[in-house]
Amino acid sequence: MKSDKNGQRMTGAQAIIASLEAEGVDILFGYPGGQAIKIYDALYDSKQLKHILTRHEQGATHAADGYARATGRPGVVLVTSGPGATNTVTGIATAYMDSVPMVVITGQVPTSVIGTDAFQESDITGITLPITKHNYLVKKAEDLPRIIREAFFIATTGRPGPVLIDVPSDITKAEIVFEYPETVSIPSYKPTYKGHSKQIKQAVELIKDSYKPILYVGGGIIASGAGKELEELAEFMQIPVTATLIGKGCFPEDHHLSLGMPGMHGAKYTNYALSNADLLIAVGARFSDRVTGKLSEFAKGARVIHIDIDPAEIGKNKAVDIPIVGDAKIILGAINEELHKTAVAPRTTDWLTQIDEWRARYPLHHHAPSSAIVPRYVFERLNELLEGRKKIITTEVGQHQMWAAQYCKTNEPRTFISSGGLGTMGFGLPAAVGAQAGCPDTLVVCIAGDGSIQMNSQEMATAAINDFPVKVVLLNNGCLGMVRQWQQLFYEERYSSTLLGACPDFVKLAEAYGWHAERVAEPEDVDRALRAMIEHPGPALLDVIITDREMVFPMVAPGAAIDDMIGATNVGPISNMIDSEEE
Amino acid sequence: MYHTLSVLVENKPGVLTRITSLFARRGFNIDSLAVGETEDSTISRITISVRADNASIEQITKQLHKLINVVKINELTEDDSISRELVLFKVNAVPDRRHEIIEIASVFRANIIDVGRSTLTIEATGTSDKLGAMEDLFRAYGIKEIVRTGKIAISRGLRD
Ligand SMILES: Cc1ncc(C[n+]2csc(CCOP(=O)(O)OP(=O)(O)O)c2C)c(N)n1
Repeated sequence: MKSDKNGQRMTGAQAIIASLEAEGVDILFGYPGGQAIKIYDALYDSKQLKHILTRHEQGATHAADGYARATGRPGVVLVTSGPGATNTVTGIATAYMDSVPMVVITGQVPTSVIGTDAFQESDITGITLPITKHNYLVKKAEDLPRIIREAFFIATTGRPGPVLIDVPSDITKAEIVFEYPETVSIPSYKPTYKGHSKQIKQAVELIKDSYKPILYVGGGIIASGAGKELEELAEFMQIPVTATLIGKGCFPEDHHLSLGMPGMHGAKYTNYALSNADLLIAVGARFSDRVTGKLSEFAKGARVIHIDIDPAEIGKNKAVDIPIVGDAKIILGAINEELHKTAVAPRTTDWLTQIDEWRARYPLHHHAPSSAIVPRYVFERLNELLEGRKKIITTEVGQHQMWAAQYCKTNEPRTFISSGGLGTMGFGLPAAVGAQAGCPDTLVVCIAGDGSIQMNSQEMATAAINDFPVKVVLLNNGCLGMVRQWQQLFYEERYSSTLLGACPDFVKLAEAYGWHAERVAEPEDVDRALRAMIEHPGPALLDVIITDREMVFPMVAPGAAIDDMIGATNVGPISNMIDSEEE
Repeated sequence: MYHTLSVLVENKPGVLTRITSLFARRGFNIDSLAVGETEDSTISRITISVRADNASIEQITKQLHKLINVVKINELTEDDSISRELVLFKVNAVPDRRHEIIEIASVFRANIIDVGRSTLTIEATGTSDKLGAMEDLFRAYGIKEIVRTGKIAISRGLRD
C-alpha cells in the first residue's frame, strides 16, 4: 500500500493517522481521552478520515462492527486507555464471535509507567487476549506502520476478526521517519484459501450420489462473497439451503430452495429437512449449539462435508466425512466446475416434494387471532413497505431479534445485521449507526426491544448529531421478553426480574435526542405509522406496544433434538391449530 | 492419554501467556511445560505435555495454530522421539542411611549436588518412567522437596 507521506518525519500519532489513510480508511468511530489526545490531535489535520464521536466506547465498537458487516470493509475504533479501553470489550467480543473484521486502537499510559497501576491504566492486551484474533502492545514508534499494516491484514484475511493495537502515549509523541510497508510478511500466519483437490473430488462424488442433500451455510459465505457460487451449486443440483442467523441474506430468501434459518427458532420444516438429510454440506458455518440442538441427534443420518477457512471449526462439534479447509468462494467454485464436467442430473425431486409437504403442513407463521398488535403483522407490513428499497435491518437481542430473523425477508448479503454468537443486547442501535455511516444511501432500520435499546440508547445522539436517518422499530412488550418466555415455558411462570414496566417514555426519550417519534398501540395504526417513520427524512423511532404474552415459536427446548419442537403450527388435517405437544 | 506437543513460537513477549491461556480457556490441563530458545534466537520452543484424547489433541493443536505467533506444531510420539526431564530431589538422609541413597542415585546415574545435615539433594535426568521409579525409591526415606523442569523432547534423527 502506497502512502504519499512516505519519507516524512512525523510523530507516532501522525504515523497512526497516515497509516490509517494508507489503508484507505474513510470513517472511524471513537471517543477521546488523556492517553489518546495526541492521536486525536493528529486526526484533526486529516482530510480523509471522518471521525464519528459516539456517546460510549461500546457504541463505537458496535458501530464499527455494523459498518464492517454492512460494507465488508474493516471497522476502525479509536479510544483512550483504562475505562475507554475496557468499554470496548463487549464490542470486541461481539465482533470476535461473529468473525467481523475490526481494528481497535487504544491509548495506553506511557511505557515508563506500565505495570504501576498508573492513572487509567488497564492491561487491555491481557483483557482482550481471548476475544481478539490478535493484539499488539506497541513498544517502539518505529513499529507503528508495520503493526498497523499487519493488524489490517490479519483482521481482514483468513477468518476475519478484531485486532487490537495498544499504543502508549509516549510512543504517540516520539518522532519517526514514516514508511508504510508495501507488503506484509508474517511467516507464522498463512491462511489456506484453495481447497484440497482430492477432497473437493470426494465431496463432488458425495453430492452426485446424494438423494437428500441440504446446504447449511453461514457467515463464511458472506465474508468470502460466495453468494453466486452457492446459488449456482444449489440450483444446479437442486439442493435446499438453510442459512444461519449470521448467514442470513447470503442466499435469497425468496428463492424456492431457501429454507430460512435452522435451529432453535428455525421453521419446523427446516429442522425436519436437516434431521432427514442424507448429506449435509456445511459451508462457513460452525455448528453452533443454537443451530444443532442436541448434537448427537443433529443431522444424524447424513454424511457431512464441512467447508471452512478455519481448520479448528472442522470437527470441533460434529464429526465430518469430508473436511475442506479454504475459502468458500474458491471451493464452491471448484465444486461447481467439477460437477459441470460430468453430466449429472439432480436426484432431489422426491426430497424437495417431501420438504414442500412439511413446509405446507408446518408453516412458520401461526395465526392466533388477536385484537392487539402481533409482531408478525408489524414485520409483514415492514416487508411490504421496504420491498424494492435499498435497506439494511439491524437487530438488538431477544424475541424481536428472532421474529426479525423469521419474518424479515432478506435476499441480499450484508443487509441483515445481528449479534449471533455473543447475543449482545445493546448492539442493534449503534450497529445501525455504523451501517448508516458506511451506507449513506441505504434505509437502515433497527428492530429493537425495550430492554436492549436501553443498553446503548445514548447512541441516538450520535445519529442525530451526524444526520444519520436511522429508523428504530421498537417492539415494546414491557419486559425482557426472551427471558420471560423461558420463564413461562421452563420456570413455572416465575417471572423473576424480567418485568420492566412502562418506563421510560420512549417517544419522549427519542424526541429529547431530536428524533421523530411516535407510539402505536392499535393494529390499524401500524401501517400508517411505519410509512411515516420510513418517509421521515431524519432519525425516527416507532414505539410499537405489544403484549408481554407473545412468544417466539416454534422453539427447540434447550438440550432437545431440533426436530422436537414446541409451539409449531400444524395445519395438517385441521387448519389454524397450534400444536403445542412435543412430537 | 499423554501427548507431547512441540510448539515453535516467535520469541516475543507475551507469547507464553497466549499459549497457556488458550489451554485454560479451552478446558485443557497442561501437565508439564518447558520453554527455551532454539538454534534460531527469534524462535522459541515450548514443549507441552498434556493428557487428553485424540480428538481433543486435534482441536487444541488447531486452536494453537490460529495464534499468530505460533510457527509450527509437532506432536512427538514415544516411538519417534526422545524425551528427558530434569528433577531435583531433596531427600531426608540421616547419616547411617546416606550410603543407601547414594547407591540408588548411582544406579540411576544421578548426581549428588548438595549434602545437608539431614538431607541429600540429587539431580537426575531421564524419561518420566525412570524419574518416577527413583521417586518411588526415595519415598521410603522421605522426600522433602521435588523440583522438575518439565519434559523436553526431540525427534529422532531418522526423521529429518
Ligand atoms: C448484554 C446482555 N445482557 C443480558 C442478556 C440476556 N438476554 C437475552 S434476551 C434478553 C431480553 C431482551 O429483552 P428486550 O430487549 O426487551 O427484547 P424482547 O426479548 O422483549 O424482544 C436478555 C436479558 C443478553 N443477551 N445480553
